[in-house]
Amino acid sequence: MNLEGKEVYSENKRPGNFRMIGPIRGDSRALWTVVALLLILFVDRLISPNFFEIRMVNDRLIGSLINILDNSAPYALLAIGMTLVIATKGIDLSVGAVMAISAAVAVVLIRNYESGATEFFYQPGFVILITIGVGAICGLWNGILVAFMDLQPIIATLILMVAGRGVAQLITGGQSPTFTNDSLAFLGRGVVAGVPFPIFIAIAVLIVVTLLVRRTALGLLIEAVGANDRASHYAGIQSRMIKLFVYVLSGMCAAVAGMIVAGEVKSADPHTAGLFAELDAILAVVIGGTALTGGRFYLALSVVGVLIIQSLLVGLYVSTLHPTTNLVVKAFVVLAVLLLQSPEFRRFITQIFRRTA
Amino acid sequence: MRSRFIPLLMTFIVFLVLYAIAYSRFSSFASMRVVGNLLRDNAYWGIAAIGMTFVILSGGIDLSVGSVIAFTGVFCALMIGRNGWDPIVTFAVILTIGTLFGATMGFLIHRFKIPAFIVTLSGLFLARGMAYVLSTDSIRIDHPFYEQISSLVYIFPDRGRFTFAAAMFLLTLIAGIFLAHFTRFGRNVYAIGGNSDAALLLGVPVGRTTITIYALSSFLATFAGIVLSLSKKSGDSTIAVGLELDVIAAVVIGGTLLTGGVGYVIGTFIAVMTLGTIQTYLTLDGSLTPWWIKIVIGVLLFAFVGLQKLLSRNQGVFKLRQRGAAAPS
Repeated sequence: MNLEGKEVYSENKRPGNFRMIGPIRGDSRALWTVVALLLILFVDRLISPNFFEIRMVNDRLIGSLINILDNSAPYALLAIGMTLVIATKGIDLSVGAVMAISAAVAVVLIRNYESGATEFFYQPGFVILITIGVGAICGLWNGILVAFMDLQPIIATLILMVAGRGVAQLITGGQSPTFTNDSLAFLGRGVVAGVPFPIFIAIAVLIVVTLLVRRTALGLLIEAVGANDRASHYAGIQSRMIKLFVYVLSGMCAAVAGMIVAGEVKSADPHTAGLFAELDAILAVVIGGTALTGGRFYLALSVVGVLIIQSLLVGLYVSTLHPTTNLVVKAFVVLAVLLLQSPEFRRFITQIFRRTA
Repeated sequence: MRSRFIPLLMTFIVFLVLYAIAYSRFSSFASMRVVGNLLRDNAYWGIAAIGMTFVILSGGIDLSVGSVIAFTGVFCALMIGRNGWDPIVTFAVILTIGTLFGATMGFLIHRFKIPAFIVTLSGLFLARGMAYVLSTDSIRIDHPFYEQISSLVYIFPDRGRFTFAAAMFLLTLIAGIFLAHFTRFGRNVYAIGGNSDAALLLGVPVGRTTITIYALSSFLATFAGIVLSLSKKSGDSTIAVGLELDVIAAVVIGGTLLTGGVGYVIGTFIAVMTLGTIQTYLTLDGSLTPWWIKIVIGVLLFAFVGLQKLLSRNQGVFKLRQRGAAAPS
């Protein structure tokens, strides 16, 4: 951070305005993020004239917009957890690996149930609870390393990110087990009132977490810890417990996301489940305007960030562009969105215009 | 002994202990055969890790190295294997592209204050995407120059092979040590990593140095891609996925602090050899399943950062005073 950046730096860290929910009363960041989403959807519409079309087929809504929402659901869950982690000036690189672990746990347990095990904890409902518990334990591990051992978050969570996939393979014995149980599969491929079930999960989690952090002092405390850990400690905030909480929540979100992904394909692949999911989640949070330096956070905008990435991917999918170009386009669009949000870049552009005028 | 050498010493001791354990199980670890193979097999990502050391020393991060290696491999294979370019020309072109790529990332990071994590993440997508665009299948390279390079080998009395890749690895290591500790650029890197604001006030050219650091990292990643291309004699856009994490882990295990300003290039080298030793041991053993390597790396990472934490806690008055001064940040 150099001196010119100082002004922006302190602005990002200001923990005020804790009642703000999403883009309603945001600064210009909120505006730019929503503009970016609309712009991408508009381009998608130009590429494919029936992009906004939604049809009902076999009691199930079909359409690109539904696909965007459906694909976004697991990432939205990750982004919600990640937003709170990043707000405490942390980062959680392990969510992809936690997805793989929880998918492995859920599928291995449910296979026992399918092969006739009658113990109560093999019942699908309990399997889901146990899996969320496993996610919480993964989060607890991260949280203890960050909050009580004072390790840097990026390294603390890198440990589980690297080892986690090994653990997932250990659980499945190196295989990619499949299952047929409908209850677990419902999480990923269920349909309620024509709408894919994962969308409901994501919306429900968004609402619950938003209420939790904005209707109580928790959100303010999280922003305080992220803005200035030491000051918040002196102010009597139990910053360690706050940090522990956000990592546990992130782990639980990752566990649910892992089950959604496992439900979609009715199997758990420890190699590919949630691969690079952490990067997309972090990207979404940053696009949503939550700074990696901690402090203010915007849950709803993080979800908008997820929608931006998925609108882009679905748009590419329906376009005639060769699928190999997907990553290239993604890189440029992401960069464009980030440049749009950078105050330095906007100042740079206005300076050019002023000079030429 | 100065306390800042302790993490480095620990890295070295762990390497020796692990190597001794490996030796007690497989006596071939004392032969030049295993040593030569260790250097050869870990050369390409070791070279990338030396570049990453500079980035992390300056307090940044570069997630794009794995993708850059893959892109370089595909580019070389396509140009030499399919289009019949001269290898030397191809290498010059791809090294220029790689360096410019890194410099652009450095520019975006410095000029527009976008976090390095995010800029290099876009770099990861872009380089991997360009590799896919060039070719999605594996391309073989048949060229006399490649045969010539693989025949460049020094054979030890026990038939151990000191290959071209190993030589490039050691050469990069020496150049890296020189650059980090005996040049103005190296001092500037440490200064920026220690305290960017203070460095700027002291007249360190922060912008130029930041751009050079990322250019250097991408340059070395490209070079690593060339070394890998020479030893594999093919290019594949799906190689080195997630390699950046191993590279970052190696730099951290090597005693470089992710907050920047503290660390040594040689530590990264020892860490690369440590992880290489574990890999070789697990391969020779055969009874241990491949996923254990990931778990072992995780455990090692945990042990090292835990150790560093303990050490930095007991560093006496100086450290405490430093911390106190840094408090009102």
